[in-house]
Formats: sequence, C-alpha cells, structure tokens
Amino acid sequence: MEALVEVRHLKTHFPILKGLFRRPAGAVRAVDDINLAIRREQWMGLVGESGCGKTTLGKTIIRLLRPTSGHIYLGAPSDAIAEIESLEHSRDGHHRLKALRREHDLATFSGKRIKGVRRRMQLVHQDPYTSLNPRMKIRDIVAEPLAVHGIMRGKQASERVANILRLVGLSEQHMARYPHQFSGGQRQRVAIARALATNPEFIVFDEPTSALDVSVQAQILDLLKHLKAEEHLTYLYITHNLSVAETVCDSIAVMYLGKIVEMGTALEIFHSPRHPYTQALVLSTPIPDPKTKRVRIILPGEVPSPANPPTGCRFHPRCSRATEECRSTEPTLEAKEGSRLFACWHPLE
Amino acid sequence: MNDLLTIKGLTVRFHIYEGIAPALQDLDLAIGQKETFGLVGETGCGKTLTALAILRLIPPPGKIESGTIMFNANGGSEPVDLLALSEPDMRSLRGSRISMIFQEPSAALNPVFTIGDQIAEAILLHRPEEVYQQAADAVDQRLANAAGPVSILARPVWSVERRLYRQLARNPESVWLKFVGRVPLVRRLLWRISVEAEKMAAEALKDVEIPDAARVVRQYPHQLSGGMKQRAVIAMALACCPKLLIADEPTTSLDVTIEAQILELLRKLKVDTEASILYITHDLAVAAQICDRVGVMYSGTLCEVATAEEMYGNPLHPYTKALLAAVPKPGVEPSPIRGFIPDPLSLPPGCRFHPRCDYATEMCSKETPTMREVTPGHLVACHV
Repeated sequence: MEALVEVRHLKTHFPILKGLFRRPAGAVRAVDDINLAIRREQWMGLVGESGCGKTTLGKTIIRLLRPTSGHIYLGAPSDAIAEIESLEHSRDGHHRLKALRREHDLATFSGKRIKGVRRRMQLVHQDPYTSLNPRMKIRDIVAEPLAVHGIMRGKQASERVANILRLVGLSEQHMARYPHQFSGGQRQRVAIARALATNPEFIVFDEPTSALDVSVQAQILDLLKHLKAEEHLTYLYITHNLSVAETVCDSIAVMYLGKIVEMGTALEIFHSPRHPYTQALVLSTPIPDPKTKRVRIILPGEVPSPANPPTGCRFHPRCSRATEECRSTEPTLEAKEGSRLFACWHPLE
Repeated sequence: MNDLLTIKGLTVRFHIYEGIAPALQDLDLAIGQKETFGLVGETGCGKTLTALAILRLIPPPGKIESGTIMFNANGGSEPVDLLALSEPDMRSLRGSRISMIFQEPSAALNPVFTIGDQIAEAILLHRPEEVYQQAADAVDQRLANAAGPVSILARPVWSVERRLYRQLARNPESVWLKFVGRVPLVRRLLWRISVEAEKMAAEALKDVEIPDAARVVRQYPHQLSGGMKQRAVIAMALACCPKLLIADEPTTSLDVTIEAQILELLRKLKVDTEASILYITHDLAVAAQICDRVGVMYSGTLCEVATAEEMYGNPLHPYTKALLAAVPKPGVEPSPIRGFIPDPLSLPPGCRFHPRCDYATEMCSKETPTMREVTPGHLVACHV
C-alpha cells in the first residue's frame, strides 16, 4: 500500500527573539526531525502530552505553518521521493532537485499552489466553541471553503451543504441557524462538515473530542468511522487520550518533546509498549474498573522546555532505566524488530 | 448518624426569562467520614451545582428552593443545617471546614498576587491565632538568643512586639489591636505576621509535594506549569485542614501523566488529613481509580449510587450502563448513547432518561422513579 502522506526529516522551529535588534537567541524545537508515513485510508493516531509538538506537527503537515526544513509529500510517487532523497545526498543535480521539490514537496509550496493542495487536506480544530464564527450561519460556515476554492456558489453550494450536513448527522433545517444554537457535539459535527466540504483525501483532527462528554465523544468517533469508510478518507488523529487512540486508530505514533519515540499498531502500543515513556503513558491512563489495580508508574517531574531539551535521549531525566549512554547519545527511531519502531537504548521486553 | 454530609431533597431552580429551569430536583446524597465520593455525569447535569449548593454559592438567578444539607463538622456532635446558617457563619465555614478545588487552576488563582500571598490569605482568614502565636514564638526565640550591642537597643522593641503578638493570639478580634494595625509606623511592628504566614504557606506547599517550596511561594501563577498550579490550589484548599474537600474536575485540564501524579497526591492527602472528598468528574475512568462510592447524575437527579466495585461491576440503571459502554476501553468498541441531553426548560415527564432509554416502558413516561435500595448500599432510581 502506497503512502498518501509522507513526512521526511521534518523540523519546525520557532525562533526566540531577543535584544534590541530582535535577533534570534535560540529556538523552540516544537517538531524536530520527524519521519512519518500515512497510508491511504489509514487512521493514524498521534499521542503525547501537551507541549510535545503534536498540534505543530499536524499544522505543519497541512502547511498552516512553514517548516524550518524537511519534506512533506501528499500523494507523491515513491520514485520521485526516492530521487529527491538520493539527490540530496549527492553533490550534483541541484537543478533537478529543485525542480523535483517544486513539483512534489509541500514544504516548498506557497501562494496559489498551497491553496490548490489545501483542497485535498483539511483540519478539524480542538474546540468547537471557538472554531466556528458566531456571526455566520451554519450554511455559510460550511459553504465558505467551497467559495474560497471557487468550487461552487449559490444554490448549488446550498445543495452541497445540505448533503454534507445529512452526512454528518445534522439536517437541512440547521442551515439557517447560528453556532450558539447548537450543543458541543453538534458544533463539532458542523466543523467536520466544513472540513468535508471540499472533498478532501486527508483530514487532520486536532483533539476533536477533548472538549466533549464521553457519550458525545462516542457519537463523534462513530461518525468518523462511518465517514472514513464511505468517503475513503485518511486521518491523522491527534489526541492526548491513549484509550481513545487505542479504540479507533489503526496505528499510533507516540510523541515526546518534538520527537516520535515509538510507533506501531494500536494493539502493540497498548499491550506491549517498548519505550518506557509509552509504558508510563499507558499505565497512567485510568481505566474504568476499580478491580484492576495496575502497577502505577508515576513519572516524576514534567515535560522539559522544548527550547532547551536535555542532551542525549530527551526522556532520560524522567526515565527509570536511564544510563550514561542515554545521557550522552540520542537514540534514533529504528525498526528494531519487525515493524515496531522505537527510539530507546534500553527497550522494555 | 455518622455521615459527614447529608443532603436531603435538595431542589435548585433557575428563574430565567424563558421560565423556571429545575437544575437539581430532590437530590438525596450522603457522604461518610473519610470517604471519597465520586459524582459523575455529563456536562450540564448539575454536578458542579451540587457542589456550589453545599457551599451556598449558587449564582443568581439560581435559588435553593427546598431541602436540607446537614453537615457534621465535629464528628460526634449534632450536625448543622448549612442552608439555615447565617451568612457570616457560612463564610467562616467556607474554606476552613469545607473547601473547594476548582476545575481550571489558572482561573482559580489571581494573576497579580504571588502563590504565597494567596495561600496566606486563606490562613490569615481562618486561623490567624496560629500565625500570631508563631510570630510571638519567633520573637521569643530572638529575645532568648540575642547578644551583643545591637540587641541592647533592639530588646525594648522586641518586647513590645512580643506583647502585641501574644495579645493578638489570645484575642484576634480585639478592636484596639486592629487600630494599631492601621496606624502608620506602629503598624510596622506587626511585620512578622506576613513573614510567618508565608512560612506556613511554604509548609502547605511542601505538603502537596512541590519541590523548592520556598521559591514557589514568591512566584506568580504564570511562572508555574499547569500541574504545579493545581498543586498550589490544592495546598490552598487544604491550608485550613477542611473536613470536606470538594474537588470539581481537578484533573480535566491536565495531561495523563500529571493527572496520575495529582490523583496519587489526593489519595495520599486523604489518608494524611482524614478528610472526606467529594470528587466531581465526567471521566468515569478517573472516578473508578480514586472513589470509594460513586453517584451517577443525569439532568439534575441522581440515578444510581453504589460502591465503586458495585457500580462498575454490576451497573443497574440503563443510563449508567450506557455511559459505561460509551467510555473507550482497550479492546472494546465504544457504543454511543442515542439522542441528546434534554433541555432543562422542557424536561420529559416521568423518568428524565426515558426518551433515550432502551428499556423504557409505558410507566417510565408517566411516573418519576424514586430511589430504592436494591442491595445494601446500592441505590437505583429506575422502574425497570
């Protein structure tokens, strides 16, 4: 299965400006050298604590943010990606490399080209209370992407909006209402409808259910599952809730301080984590059963600042298995056994 | 009768322009001594309102219409009805015997005061005698250890200070001492109060496992992370050794790893302080981890109360079952509850859950079910 979205060595740094001339005095390394491949019709989960760079990664992939370096491909042929990779390492062929990147690499796109590609990928924000304009009617909110991309307008657009609203479990009568007349779950449905308006292939969900109740959350997850099957969508699902990720995602990537520390299928991540951070995350996720008393691993301290990450393995100050090796050299994300990817010197068995 | 808090028939209504919204309807609840009682339910079902009703802080246009809240502060002696207390009496209870941890720590803390100031405020308000006593002891120490030429000059000042603090400790309400506290220059003799209060604040912070408490007391809320702020709020709530701690979704805005830290802390503090905790949450999984007994609320009424084991092992009310099924669990597909929470202005007649219930019968739409005890300690309000 070919990858729809492919991210290579992606870095997004935010400069810290200091002094009279606002010179950069350092950088917040929100996303630091990330490789990620999402197959067509895959539901990829991205989990991690707040401040680990999940949202930045999501926003960089759909190019709401400009990456500092790296490549982003959306449906690019694999031989082109391979050629870019090989040209980067060789000394000559600059022009060929530049031309290829212009053609395929989203990181180099700007202006009209980015607008063209944005039709194919959309974002659903975290909080449906702030992501919908309170002064626009639902019809206008959902039809806005259609107008922006010049797809359709007027009556035709209204018909399309009605269809999409039906698809997400709302009805035509809702079109003339304003966002404040809806509950949180319904608002999130409107936000999803807006994302679907341009018929995208790839949608990034940035914690779509964290502001909702469990019963509504289950409704939304159910909806997403149906939409994915009907519209053949590919999802990147950003969440901090590991149990949600486990129930809905095909595979999960665990992020810590701008890096992916472990990747695997949902079952593998949840039942046999290899990275100590993943294990700590899994074990600190509360489960609704008072009888199962788990060995709790309480991580000491908090996530360090991404402006000044620890040397070596970024997790070592909080890790119980840390050794001298972890302090000095940084482990890389490698497929060590089979398809499991993890970045740790002392993985769990 | 050894329950710490007993709520009987509590009804809260909101008188708004569109009509009267019954936010809480005939709520019966009992919290035992040294117990963690979890109150779970969806948004808008009245969990927070119950907590606010206990503290009598319901914002207008809400009004407590009827019911009693008996609070047994001193163990054996007769309980008091919180709803019958005068406002000054209620004020002295709030924060000292009953205190509350709010959901959003960054909103609960005042951004223009240091953490130490804010904790000291609670301490100075509810147990000033101890602060004055400590201040007097500190001057005593000074007088006992003083030596050298400077002390000869300072001695008379310290003696005056000591007298002031001792008098304050004996009678904190004294009028003329209050007067002294306002007079410029003389007021400076009381400087030790704030120093001692800050020391006590640092102690309180140490109790909630904040590293480097001496530095944190002088910091402002924006300098702390979310987990630290929540710890500071807990320290503030516990500063006066309350009998009942109301925790209103204390971990909702925190990460799982930090949440695990806070839950562990609450578990430990409960053992240390022998307080009862009313733990309000929408997260059933968190409630399962921390609570002894759990009550499930739906649209202003309690529908099931049981011990945590009983509730998760053998749920009886259809709403509890549906809610438990909606929680994502490893390996199990979550199943949503159909429909939406009813509008409080137009509640369905009879059982409030019946339009969404799979087991609803004719009777459910006519009669409101009452709480009945199915097995000892397991109460359900359902006809089926």
